[in-house]
Amino acid sequence: MSAAAYFDVDGTLVDTNLLHPAVLVLANQPTPLQSVQRVGRALLDAPVLAASELLDRRMFNERLFSHYRGITRDRMRALSQEIFDSVTRPRIFKGTRDLIEKCRESGLRVVLVSGSLDYTIEPLAQYLGADDWIANRLEYKSGKATGKLMRPVVAGPDKVGLIAQDAREHGHELADCHAYSDSYSDVPMLSIVGHPFVINPDRKLMRLARAYDWPILDITRPPRGPGGPRA
Amino acid sequence: MSRSNTAHPCVVTLDHRSKPRVLFSGDQLVEVDLPVGTRVIYPKKPMAPLTDVDAAIRYSLNHPLNDEPLYAKLKPGMKITIAVDDLSMPLPPMKGPDVRGRIVDAVLALLDDYAVTDIEIIIARAFHRPMTAAEITHILGKKTFNRFWPDRLYNHDAERPEGLTLLGTTEEGYEVEINSRAAESDLLVYVNLTFVPMNGGYKSVGTGLVGYRTLRAHHNPSSIRKSTSYMEPKTSELNKRMTSIGKLIERRVPVFHIESTVNNRMFDKPLEFLGKNEDELTPTETKAMKALVRSLKILPQPARQAIFERVPAPYGVIGVWAGEVEAVHEACLEKCYQQLAVPIEGQADIGVFPIPYISPYNVGAFLNPLLVSVMAEGYLFNLNRGTPLVKKGGTAIILHPCTDKFDREQHAPYVEFFHKLLPQTRDAMELHKRFEREFSRHPGYIQMYRTGKSYHPTHPFYMWYWGENGRQHYGRVIVVGADNEYVPGILGYETAATMSEALRMARETAPENPDITCLRISPVVMADVKTRAEPRVITAEAK
Repeated sequence: MSAAAYFDVDGTLVDTNLLHPAVLVLANQPTPLQSVQRVGRALLDAPVLAASELLDRRMFNERLFSHYRGITRDRMRALSQEIFDSVTRPRIFKGTRDLIEKCRESGLRVVLVSGSLDYTIEPLAQYLGADDWIANRLEYKSGKATGKLMRPVVAGPDKVGLIAQDAREHGHELADCHAYSDSYSDVPMLSIVGHPFVINPDRKLMRLARAYDWPILDITRPPRGPGGPRA
Repeated sequence: MSRSNTAHPCVVTLDHRSKPRVLFSGDQLVEVDLPVGTRVIYPKKPMAPLTDVDAAIRYSLNHPLNDEPLYAKLKPGMKITIAVDDLSMPLPPMKGPDVRGRIVDAVLALLDDYAVTDIEIIIARAFHRPMTAAEITHILGKKTFNRFWPDRLYNHDAERPEGLTLLGTTEEGYEVEINSRAAESDLLVYVNLTFVPMNGGYKSVGTGLVGYRTLRAHHNPSSIRKSTSYMEPKTSELNKRMTSIGKLIERRVPVFHIESTVNNRMFDKPLEFLGKNEDELTPTETKAMKALVRSLKILPQPARQAIFERVPAPYGVIGVWAGEVEAVHEACLEKCYQQLAVPIEGQADIGVFPIPYISPYNVGAFLNPLLVSVMAEGYLFNLNRGTPLVKKGGTAIILHPCTDKFDREQHAPYVEFFHKLLPQTRDAMELHKRFEREFSRHPGYIQMYRTGKSYHPTHPFYMWYWGENGRQHYGRVIVVGADNEYVPGILGYETAATMSEALRMARETAPENPDITCLRISPVVMADVKTRAEPRVITAEAK
């Protein structure tokens, strides 16, 4: 494959954010008490999380996943399919599969790039038929999460380095590659490829997309009708 | 102003008493002094519309050309697909009720009488943008819309998996693949509106309901280069290829073809004077024209566009025919030529072409630079019957601001084509070979074509090819009134600040005493050029 299509996931292909699976994980602990404790702690931390989201996406990711400290690898694995079935799959945008299929038909290698955890992204990548995925991974010691993310953290500008590395390893010219995102924090990722697309963009990204004539895509509606899309 | 004894009344030769001509330059009107001796070709007066359109439609269905009446083809339980031309014609959209809706109403009434219930209506848009619900309602009427939308009335989708069926390959090797619903139908009824003699006939199904595999057979630079006028039956390679494809479709799917055409009454009362000769305007019309010119100068662009777009055209229906494709199209073309073709004696050395605000591909959007080029070197060049208005190697002077502006929703793939590909090469063959295939598979743009409001990613290529015969023919293209140098530079055009400067530049490469001819569009007019046997004699008056 001569080029790749790099997709941000949350808000781009799926109507979720990092909090959706986190809530499910924190609320599904071995005992009800542990669940209440973890959710409670996260709620107390909510103002800090909100502030870090505004300041720096990477800081937000690290802060959020620090609440996973002590959760076992087995538990995360066990919850992986449940997260996909109950959180991710119902929120996949109606046009997502079509877009991914068209990418594959046109010979592009489909790569999901997300700040979410590998447990969330792997089943989604399988479901959509993506060729590869790049996602955050929790650090474990003695089978338990330390609350830290493995380096490099997949977020904001750091995504660029990971995409460039992936492109290099697979022999792609970035100028031939495509990137899709909904968030202003992904401007670096959109800027390094030859074919940037914005999907359901936030206001800041919408302004930027208009200024640079980046195509703006809506995949919330499916192409319907027996012979074609409804206008 | 004078008219020679032999010239058609619509061909006016300017003299020293002639007023300045008022010409379109995008959505502005500019007053231009053209030299004494310039021929100005005006549109013919609108032909009288049919007095009872519905009766004419019923008559055409019951007395088709080279075919049995529609009712004779019907039986209960059969599967029928009605395909309808999309909004690319007429321009601007016609005042309701649109003739296509009236035809569909008449067809549906017959189908109901014969207990045909398996009916679907498809907007035959090929790679055009999808029509919106409001636009479809405007064309087909509320009753049909409410009855069939959205499951049995929809836009053709040339990218839908399993949405196309391969019917076969022509002797020349063209693959023919059409909309699956149409292919599986017991009868395909095509409802066409031929606005200019560039559409209709075999082009209707062979373009409107197909996908990339079939479009590439005729929508390519090679076939356009071999066509002196897009669809002129005798001289067009494009027409030849579409005929071959159309005949194969006819062998596989029964097609009942209905064509209609309208007169050229483009402007309603408030703007009717725009179609008239400036020397023949009444004092009131002259004042109104001057007021309009001044207003357009000070109004912002969206307001200017709104002035023209908000007033639908009061086109009158002048003919409806039904039956076998070739016979129907021949009758329709004849009527079109009667309305549009103005006989012209001899080609020009220098052609002056005002570029208006509208083209078939920007209904509800701005005429972007690529569409300016398709108007200049495509449509206006091809408004002839086999002999171009300007001599080979002559100069075309166009009027347009060439603003670097694109509609982000409708023309998203155009932006990349114009700013990334065109600066690499203007050679249509090279664009076709190097970039078309990959660009046509662009997933994001395909998604925008399918679920958004965009033209297909291959469409900007077709737009460039559409100007190919003009590009090959003209020696130079000079733009008057461009607001930047970048766009004309990419398009390969020279620029001039004024018409007199453009004419001075054009004269440098023209013969002595060049023949200057202006195609005074809009409303639409086409030049039926007869080449002169003898060189033109310059009269004292013309000098």
